Amino acid sequence: MWANVPRMTSQTPGIDINHLAKLARIALSDEEKIRFAHELGGILSYFEQLKQVNVEGVAPSAHAFPVYDMLREDEAGPLLDTDALQRIAPAFRDAQVVVPRIVDDEG
Amino acid sequence: MPDSLSQKPATELAALLRNGQTSAREIAQSCIERVNAVDGTIGAFLGFDAGDFLKQADEADARRATGKTLGPLDGIPVALKDNISAKDQPLTCASKMLKGYVSPYDATVTRKLREAGALVWGRLNMDEFAMGASTENSAFLKTHNPRDVTRSPGGSSGGSAAAVAAGLTPLALGTDTGGSIRQPAAWCGVVGMKPTYGRVSRYGIAAFASSLDQAGPLARTVADAALLLHAISGADPRDGTALANPVPDYANGLAGHRGKPWRVGVPHEFFATGLDPAVAAAIETVIAFYRSLGCEIKQVSLPATAHAVAAYYIIATAEASSNLARYDGIRYGHRSAAASDAVDIYALSRAEGFGDEVKRRIILGTYVLTSGYYDAYYVRAQKVRTLIRDDFLRVFNDVDFLLTPVSPTLPLKLGGEADNVLAQYLGDIYTIPVNLAGLPAISVPCGSTRGLPAAFQLIGKPLDEATLLAAAHSFEEAHSCTAHDPADAK
Repeated sequence: MWANVPRMTSQTPGIDINHLAKLARIALSDEEKIRFAHELGGILSYFEQLKQVNVEGVAPSAHAFPVYDMLREDEAGPLLDTDALQRIAPAFRDAQVVVPRIVDDEG
Repeated sequence: MPDSLSQKPATELAALLRNGQTSAREIAQSCIERVNAVDGTIGAFLGFDAGDFLKQADEADARRATGKTLGPLDGIPVALKDNISAKDQPLTCASKMLKGYVSPYDATVTRKLREAGALVWGRLNMDEFAMGASTENSAFLKTHNPRDVTRSPGGSSGGSAAAVAAGLTPLALGTDTGGSIRQPAAWCGVVGMKPTYGRVSRYGIAAFASSLDQAGPLARTVADAALLLHAISGADPRDGTALANPVPDYANGLAGHRGKPWRVGVPHEFFATGLDPAVAAAIETVIAFYRSLGCEIKQVSLPATAHAVAAYYIIATAEASSNLARYDGIRYGHRSAAASDAVDIYALSRAEGFGDEVKRRIILGTYVLTSGYYDAYYVRAQKVRTLIRDDFLRVFNDVDFLLTPVSPTLPLKLGGEADNVLAQYLGDIYTIPVNLAGLPAISVPCGSTRGLPAAFQLIGKPLDEATLLAAAHSFEEAHSCTAHDPADAK
């Protein structure tokens, strides 16, 4: 499905919207590709300001208050029952979620 | 005085229940009647289960009849934003992706509310997956600001703020990743609080940006917000980031702190270009109030916050692109009928299920995490985040809390910023730094300007919600901007 999409040249160099859509696993329409590439360019220009910040020697923060080593006993607990999972699954049969075939037939 | 029970503050309802002057059933019925009467105009609720609501009310009344009341929230309705799980109730995050999804379990906040006897009800509208600041990104419904129905309620917790402002429910929960509780609270003229990161468990709340997300209360009075915050706070074995620090009795602590001569910091970066002069003037009156209490007003500087919006939209979209990868059309959520294989099913289901802003942010988050750009954007943003947090912690050596605007503008017209993505993002400029630094902050109404609600924000030290609530309560006691003033739908 990706091969059929014409390769867009956005105004912003360095943005390969087809590649991004593929990585993000979203089948963007041609219209969305043009629009998002354009908007992404504008937002990335705004991000350029971060290059002016002196971050030498500054440690990156993944969290404001990191909490480490949260340990507990490995105790068995209740799981969601099959009925609850069936209710939210798009396709369900014999207590299993039905998915498209992912492995070709042998031979 | 409001004529319907649903329009009264929770503390007043609790007193009426205690004195036998009303019942939980009467309160629940009043909420339902009010929704039926005005929510056609407001559009705060995506839906609610009246049978379940009244059943919870009857259980609360039965507890009270046998002297087994669970506390001040017993019998008080609390409505939920549509990204918070309540067992056997729908949860859509206002997205087509989750249309038809029913929560198999309670979020920890929901469980805690039930343990406090609260009547957990309703699904409140929001921006899809909490991405937005106007609630216009909902896939299902437009929410109108009860103070002026031509205007946006703000967002992403716009349904929560509008429901409380319109007197549809005394209390609601929202979530705040970059201002999504505080900004709609400001625009609708109610109290909204984002707690310290980790004060409230995130278990059972649909994840947007996990290092920034935090649930919190929306209420018509500061005392009500304190009651609700107390009920939902605390450690949780199901969320390793939920902090184990003891939870103070916020509501009972309000009176003890009354009118303390706090040291109030005013960061000049929050009063720069782009701030509506009407909002700035409203904040000046609040500064004058705290000065009149004997507070020392200190000019402070938070230089790194100038880069907060840029850092935020890198970090939040990076985390979102990872968190929302779970919506794959396989185990739950929308599955495309057009898919023919296991790769298609993922890309087509997401193309059909997600709205514009969600796609935009996933693409942006994917970009900043792409190899080759990772260090330039994501790691650099995380370093700027450190600088922003350090700025706040440094000024907290000299002040007890900071006083700032919540939003640079008064409530915008519906459709106002629809075509300008960057302008929308810049609207979060005063709320975003708080999430990056993990701090608590409260949005408090301070009257009206040009007929629209004005509000101020108090930002506190880590886990010092009590001081913020006490300072906000002092202001509220001296003014009548919130209590007994639920807006009537126009």
